[in-house]
Amino acid sequence: MSTTTPASDTRAVPQALTTRTRPKRPGPLSTTWTFTWRALLKIKHDPDQLYSSFILPIMFTLVFTYLFGGALAGSTSDYLQFLMPGILVMTVIMINMYTGISLNTDITKGIFDRFRGLSIWRPGILAGALLGDALRYTIALVVVTLLGLLLGFRPEGGVLGVLGAVLFLQLFAFCLGWMWNAAGLVLKSPESVNQLSSMVLFPLVFASNVFVETSTMPGWLQVVVNVNPITHAVTAVRGLTGGTLTAEQFTWALVACGVLLLVFAPLSMYLFRSKSLR
Amino acid sequence: MTAVEPAIETSGLVKAFGETRAVDGVDLVVPTGGVYGFLGPNGAGKTTTIRMLATLLQPDAGTARVLGHDLLREPDEIRARMSLTGQYASVDEQLTGAENLVLLGRLLGFAKADAAARGEELLDVFGLTEAAGKQVKDYSGGMRRRLDIAASVVVTPDLLFLDEPTTGLDPRSRNQVWDMIRALVAAGTTVLLTTQYLEEADHLADRVAVIDRGRIVAEGTPGELKRSVGSGTVHVRLADPAQRGDAETVLARVIGGEVHRDADANALSVVSSDLERVGTALVELSRAGIAVSGYRLAEPSLDEVFFALTGHPADVDEKGEEAAA
Ligand SMILES: Nc1ncnc2c1ncn2[C@@H]1O[C@H](COP(=O)(O)OP(=O)(O)OP(=O)(O)O)[C@@H](O)[C@H]1O
Ligand SMILES: [Mg+2]
Repeated sequence: MSTTTPASDTRAVPQALTTRTRPKRPGPLSTTWTFTWRALLKIKHDPDQLYSSFILPIMFTLVFTYLFGGALAGSTSDYLQFLMPGILVMTVIMINMYTGISLNTDITKGIFDRFRGLSIWRPGILAGALLGDALRYTIALVVVTLLGLLLGFRPEGGVLGVLGAVLFLQLFAFCLGWMWNAAGLVLKSPESVNQLSSMVLFPLVFASNVFVETSTMPGWLQVVVNVNPITHAVTAVRGLTGGTLTAEQFTWALVACGVLLLVFAPLSMYLFRSKSLR
Repeated sequence: MTAVEPAIETSGLVKAFGETRAVDGVDLVVPTGGVYGFLGPNGAGKTTTIRMLATLLQPDAGTARVLGHDLLREPDEIRARMSLTGQYASVDEQLTGAENLVLLGRLLGFAKADAAARGEELLDVFGLTEAAGKQVKDYSGGMRRRLDIAASVVVTPDLLFLDEPTTGLDPRSRNQVWDMIRALVAAGTTVLLTTQYLEEADHLADRVAVIDRGRIVAEGTPGELKRSVGSGTVHVRLADPAQRGDAETVLARVIGGEVHRDADANALSVVSSDLERVGTALVELSRAGIAVSGYRLAEPSLDEVFFALTGHPADVDEKGEEAAA
C-alpha cells in the first residue's frame, strides 16, 4: 500500500520522523503559561515596540506640563501632580492597543490556524497574550513613573498608592484588551486594526479627564466624558496615587472595567469560535 | 483481519464564499496509509477542502469522518491525531526556528527539556540546525517550508495534510521534502497532499483525486489517470536539420497522428504513448539513413490531463483568480 521508494540520499529513514510518543494534553494553566512565554519572547526579540510605547506618553507629559501647565493649573508643578495619573492610564492604553494588532497578525500570518488545529485549551491563546501584555504595562509604568518623579511628581498616596494604581491599571487594561481582541478578530489586516485603534483611542483619551478637570468643560461634553471608561480609570488612579480615593470613585472604576469585560470578552470568544468548529 | 477504516471519508462537502462555490459537493475516500494526492489548478478548491477536513473551516453542507471521528461532532479528537501544513507557512516569524518547535512541543504537552530535545532533533533532520537561533523572518522560503513541516510532526501525526508543500521550492529542497514525506509514510502516517503538478502526484501518491471548480472530476491511481488521459509526447532530435522533412514522413507513417515541428530546427514531436510504435519509428528512421541524436518521452502535462478530463485548460478560471485576489 505505502510508497516504498527509497530516500534519494543514503540516509536511513530518519528515526525522528517515526517517533509517535504523544504526551498528555496540557492543562489550562500550562497552556496559558506557554502562550505567555511566547509573548515574553516577542518582547525579547522586538524590544523596539516596547520602547516606542513610552515615547508618546513621555512627549505628552513634557508638552502638556511645560507648554500648557502654567495656563491650565497656574503652575507647571501643580499641573504635573494633576497630569501624571492620567499619563499613567494613557501609557497602559497605548500598549493595550497592540493586543488587537498582534492577534490580527497571528490570524493573517497563519500561525493562528496552527494553534486552532491543535487539541489545546483555546482560551489560553488569548489569556497568555494578555499576561505577556501585563509585563509590558509594568515595565512601561515603572519607566513613566520614574520620569514623573524626576520632573517633580510627588504622589500623596505614597508607595502603596502607586502600587495600588499599577494593580488597578492591570485590571483595567485586561478588561479593555478584550475590545481590541474583538477588533483583531473582525478586521482584515493588522494595518486596519491599527487605524481603527488610533481612530477610537485619540478621541477617547481627549474626551476624558486625562488633561483637564471635567468641571471646566461645557455640559454636553461632560456627559460624554462621564460615560467614557477612561475617565473613571483616571479618577481611580488619581485617587489612589493622591491618597484621596472615595468608595464611590472606586466603584465606578470597577463598573467601567466590568462593563468592558462583560461586553467584549463574550463577543471576542463568540467571534473566536465562529471562525472554526466548536 | 478486518478491513481498515479509511483515514478520510466525505460525502457531499460544500463550502461557498458569497457567490463562489469553492467546494461544490466533494465525495472522497482516502485510504489509511500512503500518500493521497489532491490535484487541481489555482482556485479549484483544494485549500478550502483541506481546511474543512483539518477542522479549521465549517462546511456549509455535507458530512465527513476523519480518522474515525465525525468532523462536526468530534473535532478535538481529530485535532489530537492530525496536523496541517498550510499553503503559506504558519510559523511565528518573530520567534527563532528552535523557539517555534519548543512552543509547539510545549503545547502538545512535552516538558520543557523534552520539547527542547525534540526541537533539536527535528532541526537536525530538516537541516536547520545552523539557523536554529535565527528569527524565522530571516529564513528563505525553503527553510520556512521545512520548519513548517517540522512543526507539523513534533508528534508524528496519524494524518498529515500538506497544502502544496513544494510550490516555489528549488529542485533540491523539493527532493528533501519528498524524502520527508516518504519517511513519514514509511512510519505509518497517512499523507493527504495537494499539488498543481502531475509529476509530483505521480512520484508520491498512491491514489489521486483531480478537483476542478469545486468538484472531483477524476479519481484513481496515477497510472489509471494518465491512461485515461491517453498519450504523452515523443520528442525526437535529429543530427541534421535538413532531414526534418524526411523524418516527418517516417513518423507520420509509423506512429500516425499530427507530427509537430518544434521551434528548434532539429526537433520534431508527436503525441503517442504506444512505446512499441515509438520503438519501431526509431528503427525506421535509422533504416532511412536519418541520424537521431536524441529522443525523449514526455508524460502528459497537467494541462493535457485537464484538457482531457474537463475539456478546458487548467488555467482558464479567470474569475476565480480575481475573487482570490
Ligand atoms: N476566504 C475566502 N473568501 C472568499 N473566497 C474564497 C476564500 N477562500 C477561497 N475562496 C475562493 O474559493 C475558490 C477556491 O479557493 P481555494 O483556495 O480552495 O483554491 P485552491 O485549489 O487551493 O487554489 P490554489 O492552487 O490557488 O491555492 C477560489 O475561487 C477562491 O477565490
Ligand atoms: Mg490553495
